[in-house]
Amino acid sequence: MSHIQIRDIHKHFGANHVLRGVALDVAAGQTMAIIGASGSGKSVLLKVILGLLPPDSGSVEVDGVESVNASRRTREQILRKIGMLFQGGALFDSLPIWENIMFRYRQNVDMDKAALRKEAKDILAQVLLEERVLDLYPAELSGGMQKRVGLARAIADKPEILFFDEPTSGLDPITSGVINRLVRDATKRLGATAVVISHDMNSVREIADRVAMLHEGKIIWQGTVKQMGRARHPVVRQFVHGLASGPLTEQYEIKK
Amino acid sequence: MVQLLQIPGRAALAMLGEIGRLSFFIGRTLFWLAQPPWYGRQILRQMLDIGYFSLPVVGLTTMFSGMVIALQSYTGTERFSAEGETSVATVVVLIITRELGPVLAGLMVAGRIGAAMAAEIGTMRVTDQIDALDTLSTRPMQYLVIPRVAAATLCLPFLVLIGDTIGVFGGYVIAVYQLNFSPSAYLSGTLEFLEAFDVIIGLVKAAVFGFIIALMGCYFGYYSGRGAEGVGRATTNAVVYSAILILILDFIITGLAFAR
Ligand SMILES: Nc1ncnc2c1ncn2[C@@H]1O[C@H](COP(=O)(O)OP(=O)(O)O)[C@@H](O)[C@H]1O
Ligand SMILES: [Mg+2]
Repeated sequence: MSHIQIRDIHKHFGANHVLRGVALDVAAGQTMAIIGASGSGKSVLLKVILGLLPPDSGSVEVDGVESVNASRRTREQILRKIGMLFQGGALFDSLPIWENIMFRYRQNVDMDKAALRKEAKDILAQVLLEERVLDLYPAELSGGMQKRVGLARAIADKPEILFFDEPTSGLDPITSGVINRLVRDATKRLGATAVVISHDMNSVREIADRVAMLHEGKIIWQGTVKQMGRARHPVVRQFVHGLASGPLTEQYEIKK
Repeated sequence: MVQLLQIPGRAALAMLGEIGRLSFFIGRTLFWLAQPPWYGRQILRQMLDIGYFSLPVVGLTTMFSGMVIALQSYTGTERFSAEGETSVATVVVLIITRELGPVLAGLMVAGRIGAAMAAEIGTMRVTDQIDALDTLSTRPMQYLVIPRVAAATLCLPFLVLIGDTIGVFGGYVIAVYQLNFSPSAYLSGTLEFLEAFDVIIGLVKAAVFGFIIALMGCYFGYYSGRGAEGVGRATTNAVVYSAILILILDFIITGLAFAR
């Protein structure tokens, strides 16, 4: 099983200093939720971990191997362990669903089209989608179905590490419930180490073992899901309980 | 005073940055062009789109250009020359093969294909599909950029060759049916002064234009700004810059080839 160590990551875009020294450990087999307000840099952090964005400074180790500024070969080896569900699904518009799901899988095996489709069908079944979806294109699916196909693509070649960027954003509560369960089941089945980004507290309670809160570019709090409910930290308290007033919304409040 | 200088200064810096980024992109394109794997299916798909589906537009524009040149050169030359028949044919074929064939095809394909490439790749950028490719162990340069650049560079010469033929045919139609020239005189006038060199330079231009169109489409799409606005700007830039570069390079190639 895989573990991830994030040390002192800084990242800025122009004057926007998004990450200001993020440090976080994700233990093997653990599911870590990262919570935080919109625009707090959760997706950026994930892209830094994946090596999609170079950080200004800091280090990310996956199973003890440095991934920041890694050689192409090292990065390939790390990426092969990882499955990622992007925030909007990021399905390839120009490919039918079965080719989306098998996109990486087929690179490493010598299988004919029928066998690949059969495999894709089995993976689709794991996310509770029917065979008829195989030949549709992403644009023909609802948002919830796209997320499920994205999940199917992420788990297709049995990664040791899974990343989920807001798996339930933009979905109705019932579909969200289904996605939460699928995410949890898939992670358990693979025995994977997982990082879930979310600002949906139900989702966090359902999926995660541990929670870390990203605020103003830093991890300001972390603990178990249970501890989260009782957390004293005012920012965490406001976020977790969705309170209208508190440190997160200070700038909107009328000064007396 | 300082403020007055700041604005052009910043613009100049931004332009230098852009040129640097573009040079880096060209370098990477040329590097990956030579590295396997080549995604054959992607190349074929692009060739179909660029070559086959551009035929109607290119055919129509070169056809009418051939017709117009025939008319213009007749009304122009009859004032000082009695040998209208052969000179009309010669003017048509030379202008079409050397200049208008490649330039018109280039501009048309820039509008059709360059814009579509920028929009498609830009959309892939803003919806994280390019990042998804990367995490799925596929290099976006190899999977997206190389097939488009290769297909456009290979296809445009064929497109232009067909366009040239249609353009000459357009001239023939006008000469024979409107100006009442004899078909055989027109055909011999077409071939008499035409050299293989003219055609080859036209095709070299076509290949260069194809490269430029795909390069601009991919470049602006690849670095598309965020959101629908970013993709829109990428699309416009791809068309504008490829059109400008086509006209500049046309001048340069013509100068190198025919200035003696
Ligand atoms: N590629 C980029 N270029 C410039 N700014 C970016 C880029 N990606 C993200 N940002 C900025 O970084 C901040 C954090 O974004 P993001 O990580 O997407 O937030 P979230 O926590 O909602 O996922 C935002 O202010 C966003 O505008
Ligand atoms: Mg995000």
